[in-house]
Amino acid sequence: MKHLLSITDLSPADIHGLLELTDHMVEISGRPIPKVPALRGRNVVSLFFEDSTRTRTSFDTAAKRLSADTMNFAVSSSSVNKGESLRDTVETIAAMGVDAFVVRHKSSGAPQMITRWTNASIINAGDGWHQHPTQALLDCYTIRTGLNRRDGFDGLHIAIVGDIRHSRVARSDVQAFSALGARVTLIAPPTLLPPSLEGWPVEVSHDLDAVVPHVDVLYLLRVQRERMDDALLPSMEEYSAMYGLDSRRAAQLAPHALVMHPGPMNRGVEMVVDPAELPGSVILNQVTNGVAVRMAVLFSVLGSGSDLRGSE
Amino acid sequence: MAREVMSAADVRRALTRVAHEIVERNHGLDGVVLVGLQRGGVWVAEALADVLAGIDAQHRVPVGALDVSFHRDDVGLRPIVPGSVTDIPVPLDGRVVVLTDDVLFTGRTVRAALEALNEYGRPRAVQLAVVVDRGHRELPIRPDYVGKNLPTSRDEQVAANADGVVLR
Repeated sequence: MKHLLSITDLSPADIHGLLELTDHMVEISGRPIPKVPALRGRNVVSLFFEDSTRTRTSFDTAAKRLSADTMNFAVSSSSVNKGESLRDTVETIAAMGVDAFVVRHKSSGAPQMITRWTNASIINAGDGWHQHPTQALLDCYTIRTGLNRRDGFDGLHIAIVGDIRHSRVARSDVQAFSALGARVTLIAPPTLLPPSLEGWPVEVSHDLDAVVPHVDVLYLLRVQRERMDDALLPSMEEYSAMYGLDSRRAAQLAPHALVMHPGPMNRGVEMVVDPAELPGSVILNQVTNGVAVRMAVLFSVLGSGSDLRGSE
Repeated sequence: MAREVMSAADVRRALTRVAHEIVERNHGLDGVVLVGLQRGGVWVAEALADVLAGIDAQHRVPVGALDVSFHRDDVGLRPIVPGSVTDIPVPLDGRVVVLTDDVLFTGRTVRAALEALNEYGRPRAVQLAVVVDRGHRELPIRPDYVGKNLPTSRDEQVAANADGVVLR
């Protein structure tokens, strides 16, 4: 694997391969000294043109556990503010000797563009509304371990609730969950659904209460307050009443059901109950698994000269 | 042409002897931990533990497994085998770790294993037990316990499991 730009680049077998590799990374992360020399001498640069603390920190931790060298490039402190183009920025940093760029950009397709300007591997850490493939992989891994579904998600029912339209997490998750065999239901107000769902392997509902008792996974998305200004939502209170997870809805969940959220969470909006009191909450597991999944991605991109799924 | 060089009974007898040598060398089984190298060494560790349980029922020897993939000097040239995850059941500080493998060849796996072990503590001693030593070492590594010394040419392949040892 040279780049990771989109979940759609991966076959179901590729996804399984990465999740199996993640098992190894979880074990490494649990060691007294959680560090292996696998990527010694490789240089990984985070190129973040959009704010993110957890994704950047997660990639940084992952690279360090594999002994790669890491460098952070934050747009606020860079020459981009002096008007340097994306291409010049990338080419300049690449000239220092970079093996992989971890890229976040507000424009969909920016990571794809960057692959043309450098020989380094590109890992998409979120581009516009388009893709966030490592988030989808860590979500798959969390469900795989949380519900003990090593062989796939056949028969699982996963509901994704919230702002689907502006969410790269939702897009990537829908593709990954359905590739592994899950049935996916989107629950959102009509204004927060994409204009067309043609080609999406999903069902749609506007009634959270009807769906909650039947799901194996309830995935809540963050509601972005700026959507209020776009007049896509009447008020936070109304959204919360219709689509928030309150204690009444939480009580309707099946005992085994998982509750997930990509963070950062809006307490009192989509998450009305305290997630610490939800027995099915795996939100912190998502964060922990995020490091291991990103280790697996970095290793597949940089550490492997051969097919990871090869036989013994 | 496949040729059987050890039968299942031969392997069993060799492991029984090795188990006794482990007890003799360490004056008992106090502090001994068996750690099989993924994947071929795991059954060796388990088989030795079974024999050791018959020799000294007082000490049940802990058995672990070690995946050295990420410590190899040829990392990336070999596929990572899914499911062959490391499992070290006890802290290794002050213990005697007996690494086990099916076939000892270049010694590079053992070198990687010694490095990987560092991350789990500081054992009092590390010893190496193998079913077959086929020679052709590329590093200064030698086994402490050997089921059988088997002269081979470099391009031959040796397969060792509880059912026997086959050279092809």
